[in-house]
This record gives sequence, C-alpha cells and structure tokens, in this order.
Amino acid sequence: MENILQLLSNPIVSAVLMALAPLLFILPYALVTIYIEMKMAAHIQNRLAYMQTGWHGTLQPFADILKLLQKEDIIPTAASKFLFILAPYLVFVGTYSSFAVLPFSSAFIGSNIDLGIFFLIAVSSLVVVGLLMSGWASNNKWSLFGALRSAAQIVSYEIPSALAILGVVMVSGTMSTQEMTHFQDGGIGQWIIFGGNLPLWQKLSLIPFMIILFLIYLVSSMAEVNRTPFDIPEAESELVQGYNTEYSGMKFAIFYLAEYANLFLVSAVVVILFFGGWTSPFGTFLSGPVWGAFWFVTKGMLFVCLNIWLRWTLPRLRVDQLMYVSWKVLTPFALLCVLAIGLIVVM
Amino acid sequence: MHSYIPIILMVSVGILLGSVFLLLHRFLGPHRPNPEKLSTYESGMPPVRSARERFSVKYYMVAVLFILFDIEVIFLYPWAVNFRTLGLFGYVEMVLFIVILLVGYLYILKKGALRWD
Repeated sequence: MENILQLLSNPIVSAVLMALAPLLFILPYALVTIYIEMKMAAHIQNRLAYMQTGWHGTLQPFADILKLLQKEDIIPTAASKFLFILAPYLVFVGTYSSFAVLPFSSAFIGSNIDLGIFFLIAVSSLVVVGLLMSGWASNNKWSLFGALRSAAQIVSYEIPSALAILGVVMVSGTMSTQEMTHFQDGGIGQWIIFGGNLPLWQKLSLIPFMIILFLIYLVSSMAEVNRTPFDIPEAESELVQGYNTEYSGMKFAIFYLAEYANLFLVSAVVVILFFGGWTSPFGTFLSGPVWGAFWFVTKGMLFVCLNIWLRWTLPRLRVDQLMYVSWKVLTPFALLCVLAIGLIVVM
Repeated sequence: MHSYIPIILMVSVGILLGSVFLLLHRFLGPHRPNPEKLSTYESGMPPVRSARERFSVKYYMVAVLFILFDIEVIFLYPWAVNFRTLGLFGYVEMVLFIVILLVGYLYILKKGALRWD
C-alpha cells in the first residue's frame, strides 16, 4: 500500500496518470453521447431508434465499435498514403491535447498554465489542418470540397469565437482557465454571464453584453464542430461524407471520436467562460473537489444536449448564408461588445 | 516551463492512442484488396480525372482575411489581461487600434470580398 502511494507521489508517474485521465473520460463520454444523440434524434423525429441490442438499444455503441474494428482498412491507390494516415492523428491530437487545460475541478486540471484559454484556441485549430490534409490526401472530389468548405467555415467562425473569449478575458483579467473559474466562485450570481465578481452597477450593465457574447460564442462553437445547422462540410445529400469519405474502419472511428470529443470541448469552454466552470450554483453548498467535477461534467453535458437538440431541429444553412452570419453579423457585434465591455470595466 | 510537461505527455498519449487503434485494426480487420475496392469513390462510376484541380478563389480570400483578423484579435489578448492596470489610456489606445481595423473591415466589405453569391 505504501509503495503504491509512493509511486503515485512520484512526479513523473502522476504526470503520466494526469495525461491519461482525459482519455478515461472521453471514451465512456463518447459512447454515452452517441447513444443520447441517436435517441434524442429519434424522439424528435417521432421514432424509436435502436431497440434490439440490449435494453432499449443500450449496447448499440459497443456493437458499432466492434463493427468498425472488423472493417477492412482501405487506402485508395490514388491517395497520398503518408498524409492519408497522418490526418486522423492530427485531428485527434489537436482535440486531445486541448483537454489538458480543462479544469474538471479545483483539484484536477491537466496543466494549469497561465495561457490556458489561449492555448486552447491555438491547439484546437490544429483540427483544421487535419481536416484539410484528409481531404487533400484522399484525392477524391467529395473529400476535397468537403475539406475546403470545412476549413473556410471553421476559420471564419474562429474570429467571432476568439473575440467572445476576449470579452471574458477582459472581465476576469486572466487567461488561466483555473483562475477564471475561481473568479466566478460563490454561487450563480457570480458567474460571468451575470457580470462576474464585480461591483453591482458594473454587473448590471455587463449582463446584456455578456448574454450577446455568450450567444455569439455558442453559435460559432457550433460552427466549429461542423454540426447542423453548420454541417455544410459533410452535407450528406451533396458531398457523400465530406472530408472523411474515403476513410474506413478505425481511421473513420478516430474522426468520429474526435468530433464528439470536440463537442464536449466547446461545451466545456462555454461552461468555463460564462457558467462558472466547476463552481456550484449554490455557493458553498455542494461544493468541493469531487462535487466540482460533478458540476463541470453536468453543465458540459447540458450544453452537449443543447447542441444535439439544435442539430436535429434546425435545417442546414447555405454556404453564402454561413459566411454572411460569421463575417457580417457575429464579427462586428463581437467587436462592439468588446468595446462596450472595455468602457464598463475601465470606468 | 514545468507546467508544459503534462501537455507534451498528452500529445504523446494522443499519438500513442492513435497508433494503438490503427494497430488493433490491422490485426482484427480483413485484408483482401482488389483494384475496384482501392479505386477512388465517385458515386460508383469510374473516377474522371484527378481531384486536384482548380478550386474557387473565394477560399483563398477567406484564408487571407482570416489571417489578418486573427492576428488582430491575438494582439488584443495581452492587452485584455493587463487592461485594468493600463486604465483609460490603454482603453483609448485600443479603441484607436480597433477603429483602424474597422476601416480595413469596411474596405473589404465595400470591395465585395465577403460576398459569396
């Protein structure tokens, strides 16, 4: 027993464990979310979804993974083999290393760097490179067009989302995700969407701008994970599967896993930025390191479900509408919000 | 520097995990290639020419505009962190910076670089 404790306190061993911990979260999370998504989609469309595998189809995600494992790994002769294999790695590594700065609770964060949220913006952009690479390497018209659209879309929505994060950084005065959460500690009224931990008149005047910034971030984060109403990159009726048309088996599964992990990532960022991260909504009641993880995951899953709900409710946008929303609506509004927040905070 | 070690570890775990998945796949999946299976998918028809041809210039335009705007936003971050200590002076400076950015934005708007139809 003592030996194990000694081993755990070894900095290298504990660092390795910290690096593996998000994986232990992502895998069960992905299985649960795939199931939730299919069931929600089905009930929104007035049907049942899986009913055969296990009780109400609960074993279906496992069956899907087994099926994907047994599929043949196909690399088309026309494809660039090296880039074709490299692309899923890039997508997965970009998503996975972003989990390092998510504060799951006051006691658990992969790496508490000062640049926190900035690192997250930078590293999660690696996904775009991976998508573009997969589309180019496939040497398939559908894949290439899917990848180009995807890159144009993610890149366009990166600007409003970075501006929305900027507004929050101005209010909290820090880029570290952990400090940002501490700033909002102390109940629902201290969350940044309600003006954070500032004097009352500043809080009251900040609320409308914070709500606008939250909506801007929510919309652009949905665009960044390529989901309906922003799923033009993989519009099934036009582009087959988009950038991953040529991928099969486990490589396809990695893209799929990264997409779901990304979905949690953007939802978690919404929670950290506006809804108090791991803090309890009731102040000191039900707070602490373990409850912190509970609140963080619960709030995150709430936004994941919101995303799924919107996906199955709204129709798909056209490319020009998509560009219009990003460049001519969200970006100017976000800039104006940043200016207004600056004026309020500096006064 | 010390706090970046977990990040390096996480990147390596990501790479390792990808490799494990692909290796597992290689052992479990069948391997029976044939020319039809390995040909590029084009709705079931034999593929016509290569996919690597010219594509719309709009994509380049978006990429260039993105680089401009993204750098501007990135410049705002260090300011946002030190914003309270800089006070009103820092705010006015940054308003000037954003106004210059807005002039550029209005220019590309008038030029029609953001029109997609």
